[in-house]
Amino acid sequence: MTFKKVLATTAVALAMMSSTVSADEIKIGLVVKALGIGFFEAANEGAQEAAKELGNVKVIYTGPTSTTAEGQIEVISALIAQKVDAIAVSANDTDALVPILKKAQQRGIKVISWDSGVSAAGRKMHLNPSSNQLIGEMNIKLAADALKAASIASGDVAILSATPTSTNQNIWIDEMKKVLPNYSNLNLVATVYGDDLADKSYRETLALLKTYPNLKAIIAPTTVGILAAAQAVKDQGQIGKVFVTGLGLPSELAGHVDSGAVHSFAIWNPIDLGYAATMISYNLVKGNSSDSEIGMGRLGAATLDDNGEAAMSEPFIYNASNVHKFADIF
Amino acid sequence: MKKLFTSREALLCMLILAMLLSVGSVAKDFLSLSNLLSAYNDTSILIILALGQMLVIITRCIDLSVAANLALTGMIVAMINSSFPDFPVSLLVLFGMLLGLSMGMINGLLVWKLQIPAIVVTLGTMSIYRGIIFLLSEGAWVNAHEMSQTFMHIPRSLHLGVALLSWLSIIVVVIFYYFCRSSRTGREIYAAGNSPTAAFYTGIDVGRSQFIAFSISGLLAGLCGYLWVSRYAVAYVDVAAGFELQVISACVIGGISIMGGRGTVVGCVLGALFIGVINNALPVIGVSPFWQMAISGSVIVLAVIASSKAEKKSGRIILKSAAIVPSR
Repeated sequence: MTFKKVLATTAVALAMMSSTVSADEIKIGLVVKALGIGFFEAANEGAQEAAKELGNVKVIYTGPTSTTAEGQIEVISALIAQKVDAIAVSANDTDALVPILKKAQQRGIKVISWDSGVSAAGRKMHLNPSSNQLIGEMNIKLAADALKAASIASGDVAILSATPTSTNQNIWIDEMKKVLPNYSNLNLVATVYGDDLADKSYRETLALLKTYPNLKAIIAPTTVGILAAAQAVKDQGQIGKVFVTGLGLPSELAGHVDSGAVHSFAIWNPIDLGYAATMISYNLVKGNSSDSEIGMGRLGAATLDDNGEAAMSEPFIYNASNVHKFADIF
Repeated sequence: MKKLFTSREALLCMLILAMLLSVGSVAKDFLSLSNLLSAYNDTSILIILALGQMLVIITRCIDLSVAANLALTGMIVAMINSSFPDFPVSLLVLFGMLLGLSMGMINGLLVWKLQIPAIVVTLGTMSIYRGIIFLLSEGAWVNAHEMSQTFMHIPRSLHLGVALLSWLSIIVVVIFYYFCRSSRTGREIYAAGNSPTAAFYTGIDVGRSQFIAFSISGLLAGLCGYLWVSRYAVAYVDVAAGFELQVISACVIGGISIMGGRGTVVGCVLGALFIGVINNALPVIGVSPFWQMAISGSVIVLAVIASSKAEKKSGRIILKSAAIVPSR
C-alpha cells in the first residue's frame, strides 16, 4: 500500500513539475478508477482534446494503480494540495470518497463524478454515459440501420436479453418497445432470455432462427448475448440475412463485425466521456452553468435531473469503419 | 416383454419420444433430421460430462468442479491459441485433456488420501479453478477473432453429415459402454460404490477407484473445455457457470443412484438427452422462461422419486450389522 501511495503521489508530483503553470491556467484533475486501463486512457485522450480546444486548461490525468477507494483518496488529497480548480472522478466507491470530496468542495474546488458516480453530497453533478431512454432508442435504431444497409424493406426482429429478472435489461426493453411504433418496418416477434450464459443464449438464438423465418434482426443489449447470437447466426449460415446488434464492447465484437454477422452495435464512447467531463468541469469553474444545464462543448448541453445527474449522449455507434480502432482501447 | 416396459431406460426412452412428438406437433420443423442432429450436437458436451460424472457418482462421490475445470482448461487453451495461433490444435486439445486430468487427479487425491468428503473437496476446487481463470485472464475475454480458424473449425467440421462434436460424444459413449461392462477397472468402480465393505474384502481399493473416477471426469472436462470454447467462440471467467448442476441432473434423471453403485451408460446418455430435448424444445414452443426452470426442476424431483422407489425394492439384509466400512 505504501508503495502504491508513493507511486500515486509521485505521479501527481511529476504531473505538477512537468507543467509551467501560468497564473490563470485552469487545472482540472481527471481521476480514474485505476491507471493503465484502456477505457480510461481513451477518456484521457478526450479530456486532452477538450483542454486543447479550450486553451489555457491543464488536465491532470491521475488515479491509483489498482481500483481501490483508498488509492483514490490519496490521489484526491494530492490534487487538493496542488490547488486544482476542479476534480472529475470516476469513483471506485459511492460513499467512501464523499468525505475527501467534501473537503475539496470546501476549498472551492468544483467536483463532479462521471462514469461511476459518488453520492450527491460529494459532488456537484454526476455525468452518466447515457440514459435508459437513449439506450432503448439506440437499440431499435441499430436494428433499423442494419436492415437499411442490407436494403431489406421490413422484417421481424427479436430481443435476446440476459435473465428475465435483470433490472436494467427490462428497463431498456421497455424503452425499446416505446419507440418501436415509430419504426413501422420493424415487427417485434419475441423477447427471449439467454441468462447471460453463452450456451443458453446460443440455443435461444437457434430457436429464434428456426421459429421466425422472416427474422431479420436480433437485438441483444448484453455482451454475452450479442456474442453468442452472432456466433449462432454465423454457424447457421445466416450472415447477410439476419443481423445481430445491441450493446457490446469493440474488442469482443470486432471479429463478428468483420464476418458481417454484426453490422453495427453501440456502447459509450470513452473519448467523448472524458471530453464531456472536462468541458463540464471547465464550465463549472467559469460559472458558465445554470442549475439545470451545463455545456459539454461539441456534445451540446447536459440537462441535470433532480438528483444532479445528467446523461451525456446516446450510445456511440461502432461499425466496420471504427471498430478496430476502438478494439485496441476497450 | 414386461421387463422392457418397466425398465427405467425404456421408460425414459418413451418419455423422450413422447416429448419429441408433442413438440413436433406444435413446431413442425422440430422433427426434421437436420434439427434433431443439431439438437444432439448441442447436447454432446453434456453427454460427455455426464458420463464422467456418472463414474464419480457411482463411487458414492460427486464432482461439483467439472464446469469450473471445463472453464479453466477452455480459457488456458484459448489463451494459448490466441497468443500462438500456429501451435497445432491437436496438441492443444491433448494438452487441455492433460490439464483437465490433472485437475481431476487433485480432486481424486484429496478424496482418496486425505479422505475429505467429495462434496467439500470439489466445492473448494470449483472456486479455486474459477479463481485461477480470473487471475490468468485478469477478467479479459478471448474472442472469436483472436482464435485461429482451425481452432474454431474442428468441432464444426462435418463427417458423413454429422459434426465432429457429435462424433466425439458417440465415441466416448461407446468407450464407456465397454469400460463399464467389461473392464476390470470399470467393474471395480461399480463394486466400490455398491458396497465399499464387500469391495474392500474382495481386495478392491475403494479410494483408488474413486481417484480413477475423478481423474476420468477431469480428463473429459478438459476435453470439453476446448469443445465449449470452440463451439461458442468465446472464453471468459463465467463460461459454463452452473453447468455442473445440469450435468448432475442428467445423471440423476438417467437413474444413476446418488447412493452409489447403480447406473448404466445408456441411462446416463438418455438422461442427458432428456435435458437436451428440454433445452432445445422449450425455446421453440415459446414456453415462458420462468416455466422453463420450473419444468426442468420438476422432472429432476420426479426422477429422484422414481429411483428412490426402485432402490427400496432391492436387496435383502443378511447380516444387519455388517463390518465397519474400512476406508470411508
